[in-house]
Amino acid sequence: MKKEGEVRISSGCAICGIFCRDGRRIPGSVIRESIRVMHNRSNGLGGGFAGYGIYPQYSDKYALHIFYSDFAAREETERMLDQYFDIINLSKIPTRQVDAIRDVPLIWRYFVSPLPHRIQDSQLDEDEYTAQAMIRISCAVKGAYVVSYGKNMGVFKAVGYPEDVAEFYRIEEYEGYAWTAHGRYPTNTPGWWGGAHPFSILDLSVVHNGEISSYDANRRAVEMYGYSCNLMTDTEVIAYILDYLVRKQGLSYRESAEVIATPFWSTIEMKDGYDKARLSYLRNMFSSFLVTGPFSILVGFDGGMMALNDRLKLRSLVAAEKGRTVYFSSEEAAIRVIEPEPDRIWAPRGGEPVIVTLDKEALR
Amino acid sequence: MKSSRYRIICYDDCIGCGRCASECSFDAITMKDHHPVFRHENCVDCQRCVELCPRGALSITRNPNRFRSHAVFSEDAIKEIRLQAETGGVLLSSMGSDADAVPVYFDKMLLNASQVTNPSIDPLREPMESVTFLGSRPEKVERLPDGTLADNLPPHLELSVPIMFSAMSYGAISLEVHKALAKAASKLGTYWNTGEGGLHESLRPYCPNTIVQVASGRFGVHADYLNSAAAVEIKIGQGAKPGIGGHLTGRKIVGDVSRTRMIPEGLDAISPAPHHDIYSIEDLSQLVMSIKEVTGFRKPVIVKVAAVHNIAPIASGIARSGADIIAIDGFRGGTGAAPKRIRDNVGIPLELAVAAVDQRLREEKIRDRVSLIASGGIRNSSDVAKAIALGADAVSIGTASLCALGCHLCASCHTGRCAWGIASQDPALTSRLDPDKGAEALVNLVNAWTSEIKEMMGGMGINSIEALRGNRLALRGVGLNEKELEILGIKHAGE
Amino acid sequence: MKEADLRKNNEEEVRSIISEVSNGGDGMLTGCLGQRYLGCGLRSGRLYLKGTPGNGLAAYLEGGSVYVDGNAQDAAADTMNDGLVAIKGSAGDALSYGMRGGRVYVLGSTGYRTGVHMKAYKDRKSVLVIGGRTGSFLGEYLAGGVIIVLGLSGEGPITGYFCGNGMYAGTIYLRTDDIPKCLSDSLSVHAVDDDEKETSIMPFVREFASLFSLDAEKIMESRFIAIEADGSVARGQHYAAV
Repeated sequence: MKKEGEVRISSGCAICGIFCRDGRRIPGSVIRESIRVMHNRSNGLGGGFAGYGIYPQYSDKYALHIFYSDFAAREETERMLDQYFDIINLSKIPTRQVDAIRDVPLIWRYFVSPLPHRIQDSQLDEDEYTAQAMIRISCAVKGAYVVSYGKNMGVFKAVGYPEDVAEFYRIEEYEGYAWTAHGRYPTNTPGWWGGAHPFSILDLSVVHNGEISSYDANRRAVEMYGYSCNLMTDTEVIAYILDYLVRKQGLSYRESAEVIATPFWSTIEMKDGYDKARLSYLRNMFSSFLVTGPFSILVGFDGGMMALNDRLKLRSLVAAEKGRTVYFSSEEAAIRVIEPEPDRIWAPRGGEPVIVTLDKEALR
Repeated sequence: MKSSRYRIICYDDCIGCGRCASECSFDAITMKDHHPVFRHENCVDCQRCVELCPRGALSITRNPNRFRSHAVFSEDAIKEIRLQAETGGVLLSSMGSDADAVPVYFDKMLLNASQVTNPSIDPLREPMESVTFLGSRPEKVERLPDGTLADNLPPHLELSVPIMFSAMSYGAISLEVHKALAKAASKLGTYWNTGEGGLHESLRPYCPNTIVQVASGRFGVHADYLNSAAAVEIKIGQGAKPGIGGHLTGRKIVGDVSRTRMIPEGLDAISPAPHHDIYSIEDLSQLVMSIKEVTGFRKPVIVKVAAVHNIAPIASGIARSGADIIAIDGFRGGTGAAPKRIRDNVGIPLELAVAAVDQRLREEKIRDRVSLIASGGIRNSSDVAKAIALGADAVSIGTASLCALGCHLCASCHTGRCAWGIASQDPALTSRLDPDKGAEALVNLVNAWTSEIKEMMGGMGINSIEALRGNRLALRGVGLNEKELEILGIKHAGE
Repeated sequence: MKEADLRKNNEEEVRSIISEVSNGGDGMLTGCLGQRYLGCGLRSGRLYLKGTPGNGLAAYLEGGSVYVDGNAQDAAADTMNDGLVAIKGSAGDALSYGMRGGRVYVLGSTGYRTGVHMKAYKDRKSVLVIGGRTGSFLGEYLAGGVIIVLGLSGEGPITGYFCGNGMYAGTIYLRTDDIPKCLSDSLSVHAVDDDEKETSIMPFVREFASLFSLDAEKIMESRFIAIEADGSVARGQHYAAV
């Protein structure tokens, strides 16, 4: 049987997220309890979490989470890392024994800084340099898979139900101002940890529910810009599209949402002024990045989070607010379980992003 | 006496009205004593008499006489040898190739549909978008000082449906056909293409939906002609006869054809094989830019090429020439007249060409610099959907649009005696085609195809045509070998 | 007359001169060095150029006049419809391709494929006069109009090989007694008599001479030959309809 990446596997899912605008850091156990409620939306073949603000002591270093299938892969990877980076700290990611979690790879964490002279030679900026090095490791080293490599953030994922994955990674020991979680229901049994979600590139992480119908049109378009969709998942292609639009084209998250969930032409026609001009422009300019078919996504990034539905709203998505904290989830129950009395609870409209960012005072 | 290919059969229902004789433009039927008399050897099987017989008393069959069968030297092969032995001439034919040894890949690809993991969409009740923009896209967005997005998009063609009408020149086809195409394009919100014979004065009102062509003969080409259109197409080649020029004989250069082409009556109109100002790719760029210059950079420029062996690098060169749109005309593209050996043996199938070009442009990261139009043998809506899934932005239809106007592919265009009034300049014949009715038929055809395309898209859970473009997972091959699948960039059914 | 030097980076100034000329006035651009499409589609006015203008000079010219003090490069007067081009120097390959009307005068010699597929239509008649010599394929596919080659300067034969290949209308006049090499069977050649000289050649040579300050009468003292399509050679037999 082919593993993820050799074949495209569709899957249904549960997603949820928490964002503290005031920068307050909350333990991972909160998001664990939230996603646990949606157990039935997953089938035990993938679960994961992304936490932001979890490594304050190394906030200016790239935090690498890497899976190794064996010791040789680790050796080879560390040799490569040494060539590109100054490794400030390295350790195994602490885990605990959980019966439901099996086939555990070696899981390591590194805090690194790019070597200044290597950056200069490469003519790239720090982020692009790091991204390219990480892609090279995942591609070139057999048995190595880079799970995440953003600053002051990390992705924890495995094959299993999300609440078991949380136990396994001792997620309650981390504190972050933002968390996303994912429970997966793939339509086969790949049993490969790399295929679990969130999917991330630099500080941007995506969790996603649904199966998009535009997949190959999107994939072939984004691969033109130096991305390689090795996992063949919707989450991966959406992450790359967002990275391209935001980091390489300089669009805002709102504008990017207007690309991937662009309104119908008939809707654009009803707008006027700059709205109409902008929407027509974005839709025409980036027509290959329109994502059709059902999706709801939560995008985490440095200092913010975006929730977005497809323009027909074919997947469920609920948002809520309590004070300066914002909640998103596939189901309302997953919010109520951690915040029984929100100030406001609503369902965002299809194609209209909800974007939250840290308050000014919360920025360091 | 010359043996006939077809036999016209008259049944007892005949009332001797003589309609068949008056309709036959090939001199195959005359009336004697209220009975039709047939000269079977003149019949081209255009079906005009059969369709217009008020009693349904006629049918045309193949002559049951046949040559002794031979696996290699078929009857047609022997007949062609004898014809050439007799005349010393180059075999001339028309319409697209029917060489059956060359696969029609459209028939070997199947479309996908949603089941369970994502929903199909009902196009009759939910929004389903077919609007397509053709043109170049810049590499980066630009912002104005106030932070808003600048509109840095070059001029685009906006199509309400991704189906256009192929280039067919006035002279090769009648003004009535041009009128029908122009009216239909304008009603549908798409484009028709003048071909290389210029734009007839009376069609000026349809300019916003007109693409004008600049071919090697430069007939009717001048600054106003270029500026009047929605876009300008440089014709390098066509699928039916790659590498071959055109020759419209002087007897078709009469009246308005002469005026529109801006050449004297009765004088042959010869289109040289190449543009003699284009001998290399940088010369193409020179012509593209000169057209942009004279049209004030307000018109997209299309470069039309035949699908040939090296089509991928050729397209890459065109994409870098400043052209906005590449039109690829495949092996089965139609023609008013082409040497038969060229038509049936030169070039490659459209499907492979589109797949190769789309993939190559992506590998070179220049796919967004140009849009792709696919044409040549597109017969129905599923061919359109498959071409788009392979990577085309839109398609053009020529032969199919003529069929909507009455054409039965008798392949006698080069005679100028078309009984349906399509490929003729004889007023007695062209008056048989009512441009208004013709336009209605074309509108019906394209609308019907559009509905079908929307059904197919809906089935796949796609509600906007751009999400189908290049979406090769929407396709699976049947009965194709590894190499074919690799070039088409698709998986085999069951994978 | 307004003037601008293209060697200086003065886009504004150049644009104002082009618009002056477009409005029917006079203007001069000096220091031309490969700038393409100068005078492209011009409808009126007089544009004076000094230096070496780039390819596509006076393409689609619609009625204005373009004077060049210098050599022109390739594809000058491409698909020209009307107006006047005078080049006080030489021109490159593919001069006057598909030209339908107007006059092109070149004092010096021209490259390969001069006047390919020139045409005439009604009151429009394309006229091309070359003071020097031309490369091969002169007047290939000629479909109308007049090409006159004077051979006043340069060395060797007045034109190259395959002159008039595939031409089917129009006339090529050569100021020589020598019939060009490799002339196709479907062409006819005749010596030009005084009447034809006076009516068909003289008017253009007079304009040519006055543009470049030469003596027309003296040029016309020499003998000319004319090359035309031979109407008796039928083309249709080339094909056999299946």
